[in-house]
Amino acid sequence: MIPAAFEYDRATSVEEALGLLRTHGADAKLIAGGQSLLPLMKLRLARPDRLIDIGRIEALKGIRRLDDGRLAVGSLTTYADLIASPEIKYGLFRDALPTIADVQVRNRGTIGGAIAHADPASDMPALLLALDAELVCRSAHRGQRTIAATEFFEGPFTTVLDPDELLIEIRLPAPSQHHGSAYRMLEQPASGFAIAGVAAVIGQTEAATGDTFDDIRIAVTGVGDHPYRAAAVEAALVGTPVDAPSIAAAVGAVCEGVEVMGDIHADREYRAAMAVVMAQRALEGARARLT
Amino acid sequence: MATELVGTPVKRVEDRRLITGKGRYLDDIAMPGMVHMAIVRSPYAHANIKSVDTSIARSMPGVVDVLTGADVPYNPLPMAWPAGGSAGIQNNVNTPRALATDSVKWQGEGVAAVVAETAEQAADAAEAIIVDWEPLPAVVDAEAATKPGAPQLHENAPNNVVFEWSVGDKDGTAEAVKGAEVVVKQRLVNQRLIPNPMETRGDIGLYNPGTDEYTIWMSSQTPHIQRLLLAAFVMGVPEHKIRCISPDVGGAFGTKIFCYADYVLVLLASKRLNGRPVKWVESRRENYQATIHGRDHITYLEVAGKRDGTVDAIRVKTYANLGGRLSTIGPGIPTTLYARVLSGCYRIPNVYAEVVGVYTNTAFVDAYRGAGRPEATYVVERAMDLFADEIGMDKAEVRRRNFIPPDQFPYENPSGLGTASGGAKIYIDSGNYEPALDKALAAAGYGDVAAAKADAKARGKLLGIGLSSYIEVCGVAPSKWIGAVGEGWGAAMWESANIKVHLTGKVVVTAGTQPQGQGHETTYAQVVADELGVPMDDVVVQHSDTQGTPFGYGSYGSRTSSVGMTAAIKAAGKIREKARRYAAHMLEASVDDIEVEGAEYRVKGSPDKKKTLQEIAFALDLAFDAPEGMEPYLDETSYHDTPNCTWPFGTHIAIVEIDEATGVVDLKRYVAVDDVGKKINPMIVNGQLHGGIAQGVGQGEDGSLLSGSMLDYAVPRAEWLPTFELDETVTPSPVNPLGVKGVGEAGAIASTAAVANAVNDALAPLGIRHLDMPLTAPRVWKAIQDARAGSSNGHGNGKEAKA
Amino acid sequence: MAERVSLTVNGKRHDMDVEPRRLLVQVLREDLGLTGTHVGCDTSQCGACTVVLDGSAVKSCTVLAVQADGSTVGTIEGLTPADGLHPIQDAFWGAHGLQCGFCTPGMIMTAADLLARNPDPTDGEIRHALNGNYCRCTGYQNIVAAIRTAADEIRTGAGATPAEAESGAGAASAAAAG
Repeated sequence: MIPAAFEYDRATSVEEALGLLRTHGADAKLIAGGQSLLPLMKLRLARPDRLIDIGRIEALKGIRRLDDGRLAVGSLTTYADLIASPEIKYGLFRDALPTIADVQVRNRGTIGGAIAHADPASDMPALLLALDAELVCRSAHRGQRTIAATEFFEGPFTTVLDPDELLIEIRLPAPSQHHGSAYRMLEQPASGFAIAGVAAVIGQTEAATGDTFDDIRIAVTGVGDHPYRAAAVEAALVGTPVDAPSIAAAVGAVCEGVEVMGDIHADREYRAAMAVVMAQRALEGARARLT
Repeated sequence: MATELVGTPVKRVEDRRLITGKGRYLDDIAMPGMVHMAIVRSPYAHANIKSVDTSIARSMPGVVDVLTGADVPYNPLPMAWPAGGSAGIQNNVNTPRALATDSVKWQGEGVAAVVAETAEQAADAAEAIIVDWEPLPAVVDAEAATKPGAPQLHENAPNNVVFEWSVGDKDGTAEAVKGAEVVVKQRLVNQRLIPNPMETRGDIGLYNPGTDEYTIWMSSQTPHIQRLLLAAFVMGVPEHKIRCISPDVGGAFGTKIFCYADYVLVLLASKRLNGRPVKWVESRRENYQATIHGRDHITYLEVAGKRDGTVDAIRVKTYANLGGRLSTIGPGIPTTLYARVLSGCYRIPNVYAEVVGVYTNTAFVDAYRGAGRPEATYVVERAMDLFADEIGMDKAEVRRRNFIPPDQFPYENPSGLGTASGGAKIYIDSGNYEPALDKALAAAGYGDVAAAKADAKARGKLLGIGLSSYIEVCGVAPSKWIGAVGEGWGAAMWESANIKVHLTGKVVVTAGTQPQGQGHETTYAQVVADELGVPMDDVVVQHSDTQGTPFGYGSYGSRTSSVGMTAAIKAAGKIREKARRYAAHMLEASVDDIEVEGAEYRVKGSPDKKKTLQEIAFALDLAFDAPEGMEPYLDETSYHDTPNCTWPFGTHIAIVEIDEATGVVDLKRYVAVDDVGKKINPMIVNGQLHGGIAQGVGQGEDGSLLSGSMLDYAVPRAEWLPTFELDETVTPSPVNPLGVKGVGEAGAIASTAAVANAVNDALAPLGIRHLDMPLTAPRVWKAIQDARAGSSNGHGNGKEAKA
Repeated sequence: MAERVSLTVNGKRHDMDVEPRRLLVQVLREDLGLTGTHVGCDTSQCGACTVVLDGSAVKSCTVLAVQADGSTVGTIEGLTPADGLHPIQDAFWGAHGLQCGFCTPGMIMTAADLLARNPDPTDGEIRHALNGNYCRCTGYQNIVAAIRTAADEIRTGAGATPAEAESGAGAASAAAAG
């Protein structure tokens, strides 16, 4: 119940945060909303020597529309902010957000915190993978870089972020009338985390022919040791009408190439099977949003 | 006498403080000079302790004391209810340690305690205690623990057996099974549960070196019992040197009945610190490790009968997991409170139960809401469904045909609470089971189930309906029976109440019972206000402090209303009698001429000649004019020893839908028709039923053994539960003047079996005959997959499953 | 090393030195004596510790006190009007929405947050909003009924609005907190 002692710094600007990160780097842990980190610290499963509190950095909060129509979501934007924002029109966000944790946690938990924490059963990474989001990161010594969400997650609780790097914002594609998306998740009843969660985006680019879809993105969480895109399913669905037969024919490959996790709540067999069911339901949901 | 309050949904008097945040729970209490204790717990389920190095911890900031097992003169703690009764049973007793000395038997057993100025410092220093462990092989499954080659926990318990106990007619039952037209066999698992009261346990110990007295604030259901146990069986100090106080208790459900190590540790630490108050508050993780768990039975069931629906025999062998050491009344739960009510509400002439109590490397198991009776209900209600399926008869009809008929009461069941004793018997005194069944069937739309199933099937769902007709034994118990049978606390089971009418006419009721959310301050006041004819606002109910309340055995087993409140009624009767005598004196009439209506004491035939209770109390308390031989003050105590237990009953029906693709079980409807006798406060009764149902439903649907925290153990949430549909029949109990039976456990006793039966009913079309709890999505899904693959192992065709 | 922290709790400002690892709930309970906020778990599940922080319900066991520096906090003590009960409290009482009472302050604070955002929730929305609040006594049924009753009461203008209650404004009784 009581965290181990730590040193505390509060950054009030991005620059201050980057400076603190440069000084303390690997010894420090960033805290934003703290909704993932603090429970671990209370159980003393995490015991950072130092916390750098970035929760007050106003520049990292909020959602703005870029000139090209994309959305830039500040890394400290809370789940509650996302729910309340009229800009967040993506179907998969509308599916996922109300089911993430509970209202108190959504009021405090941030999108950046969830991504940087990289829990392998977290919902948000799957949504970003399916949207082909980009993550803007910055460090004092190497400056700013933009990382594709598909390149960001490396393993359980592991990302490509350097120890001195700060996640600044998440860039989401411009909402499109030609795309439909959905998120379906089977939750572990106690924690609410995903046993298997699948985010699906289907769409038509200008090159699409007839009733078929040529832009298919399927992202899976809770199943492997980090969230991933189910490339085989995507490939199988490109050029199809994403109807019941084509979905049924494709979703079986949702765990292809992935080492499926097993734990006390769901063994590998069940988890893999649920990934298939959730993929099917997410695709059906995405398709339904286009009719 | 007017009875205006009993039977009405009076708003609870305790609520104002609780809704405004002004309740006072254990952790809300702070005292000058208070220090904090942290307990170091075993990370191993089974290990020898080679050494404990406390040197670093002792030197850490704020640390004022460190205790290891060697420092505690009070090892081990008591166990008060061995498996007993008929056959001179051998109990191989190993009871909990205040702190373990040589070895630990489960993960979470305490090995050292640190006391520091702040809770933070205590937690930090606890991490610095170095234990040299020798890990040993562990066993957690009760049946496996009895097999050759299993790890052995205790030298005096070969094959980890605590006891082998049996009840019923062995030969007669064997004969009935042998000759039966139909025999159905099934292995049943009733998994381990963590009770999860929202407030964890905790205590504050305070020793006064000036008086050599100990005071302990404890989140407990049984302060009087704890004083007795601590005084006579642990610390060897006289009872009058120990005072136990339970502040507001944030839920208990059985877990706070028992004598826990931390009680001893905070008192000992306070003494070692020359009287500084020592506080310990359990974390939720510790609550999962070191507070009692419930259930955990493996049962081999045989049910035998005729194709006309008559059940002639039930035979079971049950392995009851009691954990690594025996909690205070652990052995009593799977014996007296389980096997002796195994035949439930049915007239089954032959019952034989063998119960093997087993040590395993798990937290101790003791009484959790229902305690034995939910386990019995699960067995007999699964038996009824399995039997009905086997003979192809409607499940409601099988129940109906086997109910104990209303004209058979008082009914003595064949494994019953009376069979073991030479003298005092406990029998089922009353019941009328069919009307409750009929009401429940009608409310649930039982006749339309086939259509509902077809509709669900079209949506990819499997719909199932599950019945659970239950009885429970509540209001334990006649002391005479305990004395004769040797089953029980090893102590009496009466209750007490004291009533004082102060000079101002205000009434104070004190009782030895101990609420944990049941609203005793309201219901006692309703009862006493009616008895004395005074407004409820004039009655205050006090409890929870061994100093200032008469002795009581505490609140568990749904016994407060039937036993405790009868004591209050008796005390009120004594108050009335004394008031009547004094009224006669005041009114210059003979006592026989004084009639009482409400608070008015009148001379018969002269309605103007009257005194109110308030006037009488005023005069008698001043005693300026008391007659010769009459003591001042209206102050009376009564002790009530119940002549029998009480027997609530009813039928619950669960309707579930299973998502075939995921195995997720969704509880769609829940209908409960309960007969708890008369109701003192129907609003509180319904609340108790809601809560009990939710807890029992939670067991049916989930519950993990490996859970370390609420992140792994699924406590039911609001969104998972439907609106419960309640109805009633009312058969007053003949045992007490209120006609009440007790309600705290009814919901939990009935609901698990209802949900399990519903899930099994939903799966039946796939050829699945029985699926064990917990009915988690993965387990249900696997059963569906196996059934589709035509697999016969595990779930289907379990007729010959008996080992 | 202790950090200087300023909190405005139930309308009253407190400046104090706080060890960084101390949780908001510890400061409320142990330093300010506001023991109406409870702790029921150590993993941010149970919601017994729910308070309103800068206008939103949060779990005060999962907020460091230093994180809340400069914030306003509303607790059950602040929700309670000086001269009576908040409509949500009254509804919990009337509907028997509590038994042991341990989860109740957190439930009431979550309900206040819900009704501030959604003055007329359905039963389903109420149950969904309670996902972060566990109760082991009531089976939730009477809690849902209480919140529905409170919503009706507040909408018809009989009581204080949840927004007022949240800010702790007008909660003079909270002065006792100091």
